[in-house]
Formats: sequence, C-alpha cells, structure tokens
Amino acid sequence: MIDKPAISVRGLTKIFDGRKVVDNFDMDVAPGTIHGFLGPNGSGKTTTIRMMCGLLTPDAGQGQCLGHDIRRDSQKIKQNVGYMTQRFSLYEDLTVRENLDFIARMFGMPDRRTVVAQALAHPGLGERADQLAGTLSGGWKQRLALAACTIHRPRLLLLDEPTAGVDPKARRDFWDEIRQLAARGVTALVSTHYMDEAVQCDMIAYIAFGRKLISGRAQDIPAQLGLYSWRVDGTGIDALESKLRQDERLAQVVRFGDVLHVSGTDENALDAVAEQNRKSGPQRWRRQAPTLEDAFIFLMERSSDHSAPHSESSR
Amino acid sequence: MTLFSVSRFVAVLMKEFIQMRRDRVTFAMMIGVPLMQLVLFGYAINTDPRHMPTLLEMADDGPVARAVVASMKTSDYFDFIGTVTSRAEGDRALRDGTASFVLVIPPNFHHDVVRGLRPSLLISADASDPAAAGAAVAALSGIVQTAIDQTLDGPLNFTAGAPPPFSVTVHRKFNPEGETAIYVVPGLLGIILSMTMIMITAVAIVRENERGTMEALIATPARPLEVMLGKILPYVMVAYVQTLIFLVAAGLLFSIPFVGSAWAFFAAFNLFVLLNLALGFLVSTLVRSQMQAMQISFFLILPSVLLSGFMFPFAGMPGWAQVLGNAIPATHFLRITRKIMLKGAGLADIRGDIGALMIIMAVVVLVALRRYRQTLD
Ligand SMILES: Nc1ncnc2c1ncn2[C@@H]1O[C@H](COP(=O)(O)OP(=O)(O)OP(=O)(O)O)[C@@H](O)[C@H]1O
Ligand SMILES: [Mg+2]
Repeated sequence: MIDKPAISVRGLTKIFDGRKVVDNFDMDVAPGTIHGFLGPNGSGKTTTIRMMCGLLTPDAGQGQCLGHDIRRDSQKIKQNVGYMTQRFSLYEDLTVRENLDFIARMFGMPDRRTVVAQALAHPGLGERADQLAGTLSGGWKQRLALAACTIHRPRLLLLDEPTAGVDPKARRDFWDEIRQLAARGVTALVSTHYMDEAVQCDMIAYIAFGRKLISGRAQDIPAQLGLYSWRVDGTGIDALESKLRQDERLAQVVRFGDVLHVSGTDENALDAVAEQNRKSGPQRWRRQAPTLEDAFIFLMERSSDHSAPHSESSR
Repeated sequence: MTLFSVSRFVAVLMKEFIQMRRDRVTFAMMIGVPLMQLVLFGYAINTDPRHMPTLLEMADDGPVARAVVASMKTSDYFDFIGTVTSRAEGDRALRDGTASFVLVIPPNFHHDVVRGLRPSLLISADASDPAAAGAAVAALSGIVQTAIDQTLDGPLNFTAGAPPPFSVTVHRKFNPEGETAIYVVPGLLGIILSMTMIMITAVAIVRENERGTMEALIATPARPLEVMLGKILPYVMVAYVQTLIFLVAAGLLFSIPFVGSAWAFFAAFNLFVLLNLALGFLVSTLVRSQMQAMQISFFLILPSVLLSGFMFPFAGMPGWAQVLGNAIPATHFLRITRKIMLKGAGLADIRGDIGALMIIMAVVVLVALRRYRQTLD
C-alpha cells in the first residue's frame, strides 16, 4: 500500500517507577486495516495505546497517528480517534442516551441529535436508551462503550479488549461491526486475548514484557518462528503429556482440552520423537501447522527465559 | 460451623491495617493532624487580646492627657499606631479596620481638669467584635485611675478623694449592644461557603479519577480550562443560592443589618467563591480518592474557623498566627462581610482585603493549573 500509515511509531518507551513498561516499541498500521494487538497481562498493551492517543507522554520515541505527531498534536489526534478504554469509563449515573449525547457534545458534533439517534438505532441499545449505564450488564456496557467511541465517526479506532466479558454471539456481532467499519476505511487497532479474534485481523503484533516480539499476518507467524507441530489425541493423554514434558528435544507441549500440541524448532528431532511415541502408545499423531496460540506460548516462554525478572514459569 | 472465627476476624483486622498504612494521606491525617492542630491552635488562640491598634486625636497635650496615653501604652491593651486630626478620619479608620480604637482628647482638657470642670475623654471602639473590644474597654477604668494617681498628686492632689477629675465616655460603634449574633453571623457566611465549595468541587473532580471516567473525558478533545470551568460553574450557582438563603435568614431570624454597599459585597462574594472553587480544584489534584478529598477539605476548614477571626479575635493572635491567618481566604472575606454588613463599608474600605484575596487567588490558580494533568501520567 502506498497510503500513509494510520499509525507509525518508533522507539516508544514508557517508564513507571523505574521499570520499562513499554520498551522501544515500533509499529506501523496501514489505513483501513484491522490490526490485532496481543500479549500477556501486564505486557504493556494499554500503556502503548494510551501513548498513541496522547493520554500518556512517552519517555522516549516518537511517532504519528493519522499524520499528527503524538507528542505535539494530541488535540488533533483525539478529534479523529475513537478510544475504547479497557475499564468502563462512561458515567454510571447517566443513562445510555445521556452518555452518548455527552460524548457527541464533547466532540462538537454538529448533527448531534442524528448521530445519537443512529447509535440508538442499534437494536439492543435503543431498548435500553433510558437505563442508567451503571445498571447495564457487563456485555451491554461494552456495547455502549463501542457506540460511544464511534459516535464522532473517527478514522482510527483504538479498542482495548473490547470483547472482554462479552458472550460468544455478541462477540461475533462486535467483530461484524468492526469489519464493516474497516470496509468503510476506518483503521482499527484491537487488543485482545482471544485467538479466534486474532486470526480475523489483517495483521498482528505480539508484545511481551513491554517489547514487541513479532508481527505479521496471522498465518505467517508460526513460520516466522521456525516452529513445527504435531497434534496428538487418544487415550492415556495425561501420562503421555508428563512423559513428553521431560523430553529435551521438544520446545513445548501444550494441552488444548483433550488434545496435545507438541512443538519443536528442530524438525528432524521432532519427527523422531513423534515416530518413537506413535509406536509405543495408543494415541493418534498428526502433523499440522502450529497454531497462533502455539506460537505465542512459545514466544512467551522464550522471552521470559532471559528477560523478565518476575516471570512465572508454567507450562 | 463456628459462630465466630478468630482467624477470620484477624484476617479482616490485618487487611484493614494494611489498607490504612497504604493510604498515606489518611495516615498522615490521623497521626500528624491532631498534633499539629493542638500546637497551632493551642498557641494561636487567645480570647484576651492585647495590642489593639489605636489612633489618637489629641486636641490638648497637657500633662494629664499625656499621662493617660502613657498609662494606656503601658497596659499592653492599646498600641498607638498614629494620630488623626478629625473625627471623620478616625471613623474611616474604624470602618476599614485600620484601627480598633480612637482616643479623643478634647481641647482645653488639662485646663478643664485643673479648673474642676470634669471634662470627658472619648474612646470610640469598633465593637463589631464584642470580645475583642470588651477586654480593653474593661481595663480602661483601671488605666485611667493609674494616670490620675500618677499626675494629680503633689500640687494638684486637692482633688484626691473627691469624684474623679474627668470621665471617660466609651462610644461602642457598629454593635453597641455587644450582641454575639451580630458579630458571628456575617462571619459564618465565609465559613459555610469555604466548607461547601472546597469539598464539593474537590469531590466532583476526584470522582472522575476514581471511577475511571477521566480517561474517557481526556480522550476527547476537551481542554483543561473547559473541564475546569464546566465543572466549577454549577457550584457557583449553588453558592448563589446558599448565600441568598443565608442573607434572608440572617435578616429574618437574627435581625442582622446590611448597611453597606451591595455592589461591593457582590464583587467580593464572587471573588471569594471562585477562589474557593479553585482551591477545591487544587485539592483534587493532590488526592486520589473522594475520601482523601473530604479529609483535606476538612483539614482546610479548621484554620478558617479558628484562625480567621471567626471564633476568636484576630488581634489577639500572636504575630506568626496572624501571618498564617492572612493567608486564609476566609479571614479576608470575614472582614469584608463584617465591614459591609455592620459598618456600612463601600468598595474603598475593602480594597485591602480584595487585594489580598486576589493575591491568594493568583497563587492557587497557578499551582492548580501546574498540577492539573491533561494526561494520565
Ligand atoms: N499508572 C501506572 N503506574 C505504575 N505502573 C503502571 C501504571 N499503569 C500501568 N502500569 C504497569 O505497566 C505494566 C503494563 O500495564 P498495561 O496496563 O499496559 O498492560 P496490558 O498489556 O494492558 O495488560 P492487560 O492485558 O492485563 O490489560 C503493568 O506491569 C502495570 O502494572
Ligand atoms: Mg490492558
């Protein structure tokens, strides 16, 4: 794409209490795309997003959002960005309608009544227009928040875990809506912990301990890591799991329900392990491409090995 | 199932202690404030004020007059701060608060004393604060007797034993009956406004931080001044209503007069309300929770009550306490309301107090805007 990127940041760094919470972070987001932002809890996603829309001042680095400098022009950025906060941040003691109306006024919408009415045309929200926001259920709060942050027709959406606590059906509706917006040219940066959402993104960035570890198209990421995988299912999976965990030749053994994903970076060694165990056990082994989740677990383990002072070693 | 589990009780106890320790502001309030206020107010408050500023209108400077002045000086109650040459000049000083007393020695005083005409000394007292004026006035008769004893023995002691050779007339101005209500009620307005305005604004702003709504608010293109004014203005309305109710009730229930300039009052009132709202805004930038905001507001109210001259005469406080008191907005507003309501003052008489309020305002706004962050840093 020749278009100027919607977000382009270089070397973003944020220090809280002497700790680098975001460390030398680079990102480019092409206009009109949906960009997934993944990473474990506390990895710095929220902090990064806040720096992009001018809510936090970076301690180092620079960048631009929609062509405006993130340090100097936060005013112009705010006018064109819809930021949905991770924690519900609308007024609990105002009704749904009053909240939408307030936000529309803050953005100086000339056709305020129309945009509020359009937001309330959303089936569920309209029904709850006169309910106090504080009395909405968790999922409906999220939908109100999405309606509020899109009310001023922003060109860029920064959505911080918009679907946390939202039921599966509503999650689909959410993503339908995000895709519709993207089709109209809106750019979206969405942080999430759900892999099924991640694979719907045009691009993904994965961050851990404040550093970006990898980025690319969802399907390319496992290959980028040089990771190979086998899928194992059948009886006696518990015993097999503990046995495989001892095996030095494997990078990781991850359990998904009653299925194991066995991965390694050395293809030959991995295949040897598979061959050996297939003969000795009743389980079914099948070669498959590593999933995104395999890749991210692998990344996390590897990065925590040599960087984080406070990592918990699990799995 | 046990009815009372000690370990659960201890668990709750420990949790509370940990939370208490983490909440620094509350902790400081609990430990430091009682001590600080004990020292501060214990030393500062004095209901037997001395060193009252006094002016002298001396139309006769014979030995008897000089003896009276000298005797007043040594009594500690009166500090002579200058002389005036006319009654009008003395009255103006009483009205704008420069002096608490004016001593008038009439022409031919000495001559009249010697001739046994029993002339009269006139003391005009600002009695709007009955407590402040009372002690000094009560001490007067002793002071005068001393002066008589000292000067009128020897050649002039033919008067000894006879009724005193001259009399003292005390003219209590502004509150002749010495009614406490007349003195206290106008001052109360300043205290009520301070209390509600600081607390309400501080809490209203901190609530946004506490509930997380600040994040959405500053993600909009709103400017700090828009937010500040938008949040403050509704409370200005509250202040207007409060004051209106207060003034009407004061007139109906306590027959408090309002003799001065309404315009001067209106101007000073607006300034004072804005100043308190700015203070509330400042408090909100210093605290993290609504609870802390309440505590700090309360902490600020105490000096307004105790050091402003509301509860105890300002003139009675030691110098350092007066300096502190002068930094408190309520002190100046209190003087303004008393001057306007009781003494009939106009804008010219309250210039000094308005100036002081403006200086405090400038400092508060400057600090508040410096501390206000447009980001979440
Ligand atoms: N205001 C702050 N003061 C101090 N530390 C902070 C502050 N805000 C965030 N942090 C720290 O910065 C780190 C990154 O936090 P951030 O909220 O950006 O993570 P996240 O990736 O959004 O996590 P999650 O997925 O749980 O939302 C965390 O360790 C957090 O404790
Ligand atoms: Mg977060």
